[in-house]
Amino acid sequence: MSMPFGYASPEQIMRDRAEYARKGIARGRSVVVMQYADGILFVAPNPSKALHKISEIYDRIGFAAVGRYNEFESLRLAGIRYADINGYTFNRSDVTGRGLANLYAQQLGMIFTESIKSLEVEIVVAEVGDSPAEDQIYRLTFDGSVFDEQGMAVIGGQAEAVGGRLKERYRDNLPLPEALDAALAALTEPGGERPPAAQLEVAVLDRGREHRKFQRLTGPRLERLLEAAPPGGTPEGAAPAEEPEGEAPTGPPTGPDGDIDTGSAE
Amino acid sequence: MNNLFTYTGSSSFTEFLNVHAPDLLPARAQAPAARVSDEIPHATTIVAATCAGGVVMAGDRRATSGNIISQRDIEKVFRTDDYSCMGIAGTASTGIEMARLYRVELEHYEKTEGRSLSTEGKANRLATMIRGNLPMAMQGLVVVPLFAAYDPATDAGRIFGYDVGGGPYEQRNYHAIGSGSIFARGSLKKLYREDASPEDTVKVCLNALYDAADDDSATGGPDVTRKIWPVIAVITADGFRRMPDAEVAELVQSMLDLRMTDPDGPTAPLR
Repeated sequence: MSMPFGYASPEQIMRDRAEYARKGIARGRSVVVMQYADGILFVAPNPSKALHKISEIYDRIGFAAVGRYNEFESLRLAGIRYADINGYTFNRSDVTGRGLANLYAQQLGMIFTESIKSLEVEIVVAEVGDSPAEDQIYRLTFDGSVFDEQGMAVIGGQAEAVGGRLKERYRDNLPLPEALDAALAALTEPGGERPPAAQLEVAVLDRGREHRKFQRLTGPRLERLLEAAPPGGTPEGAAPAEEPEGEAPTGPPTGPDGDIDTGSAE
Repeated sequence: MNNLFTYTGSSSFTEFLNVHAPDLLPARAQAPAARVSDEIPHATTIVAATCAGGVVMAGDRRATSGNIISQRDIEKVFRTDDYSCMGIAGTASTGIEMARLYRVELEHYEKTEGRSLSTEGKANRLATMIRGNLPMAMQGLVVVPLFAAYDPATDAGRIFGYDVGGGPYEQRNYHAIGSGSIFARGSLKKLYREDASPEDTVKVCLNALYDAADDDSATGGPDVTRKIWPVIAVITADGFRRMPDAEVAELVQSMLDLRMTDPDGPTAPLR
């Protein structure tokens, strides 16, 4: 059977789109989202004070994204609309991270299969619960795959390397300064210099806060936190840290360069 | 569903609802064919006064349907964001729904734009919502709010009043709305001190509410037997704080102790 001119197999098309999206996402810097003792911490190296990679979606829900700004910005706005409409229609407690993750997954999946170009984004939807066990971190890739992450997620840039470094330092229930230290250590290449406070975008979903849990950490407060962290290494104080590390059921974060369900067997 | 992703309008939640789900907007509900009477529960008195570095708002807890007390412990002062609150007088149901929508409106702007609305912007937004309710108001579902906010630009509290057609009217120092507002305003006029501490201003507001309850049948005084106390909101640079019941109870008790000897309450010096 002769193929029409310009024919490309569906497998080829999907592979090309995935390849294209992965390249775009890997170009930027990584973003780290991880649990700490009082909630969920977001850390992103970001020199811009105005163009955010991290954002509040609703009372308990935060959003982090890497990739093309205009694309994840429109996803962020849609998430806010979705959450506000649901909260207004029903009740504020009826807005869930799972619902939002599903909405994003549908949209990302639809664009991946139907458009010429998939979105060059990778996003995290995190929801803080009443206890650490109820915290949820969902990672969504450009093709609409959803990953229910345990404890931490790394997206964008050299996600696999950053994730590996983060996993070495991650413990359950780290205090905020130490969690921030672990995130920064993971985001910094070995031997590299840590970004100063002015180059960082940091926010938390703090389960202890009233009403809206999301809070940006900026200025003097962030600097104090950075100073409070034990300098250059694993926290010595965390003596019982050894055993949770041993069992470490926290799955490895899958970077955009890793195994991603692209819809085609490679 | 696609509107969620493709909407390109303003950062107003109400505007978005208008396109996406107009049925959810209270103002779109069809006006009742016949005028509703005062059988629908009405919220009564709210007072607000500025203090050093902020503003205090207080509301009694009574809702009335004609001559019936329909609720003893209704809450009519609502936190709308970290630095503002609103109190409602008039039709309780419409007011509560408006407060709920208004809160989302302020948050929605803050989240999409990454900054809070200016205090004037907040006050204007509320005015538009009141004006949208005008057809309902003509049918008897009147709601008139009082808006108070801490303005970071001036580091001071500000108070805005409204009428059924909207507004806003910025008020100097203090204001009161609702059925007992005439008496509350008289009381505030005599007791208010400029730049008094938040604690003292709370006491002034409690006295104003007591005086309103004293002379207006629709305003509820503090209910000592059931331990129902006025709702008190204090907004300063530290943000919105609703005074815990225990604290209010203490202040109310000391006010009542004074009134046991002097039923008309504190007097303002003549000179």
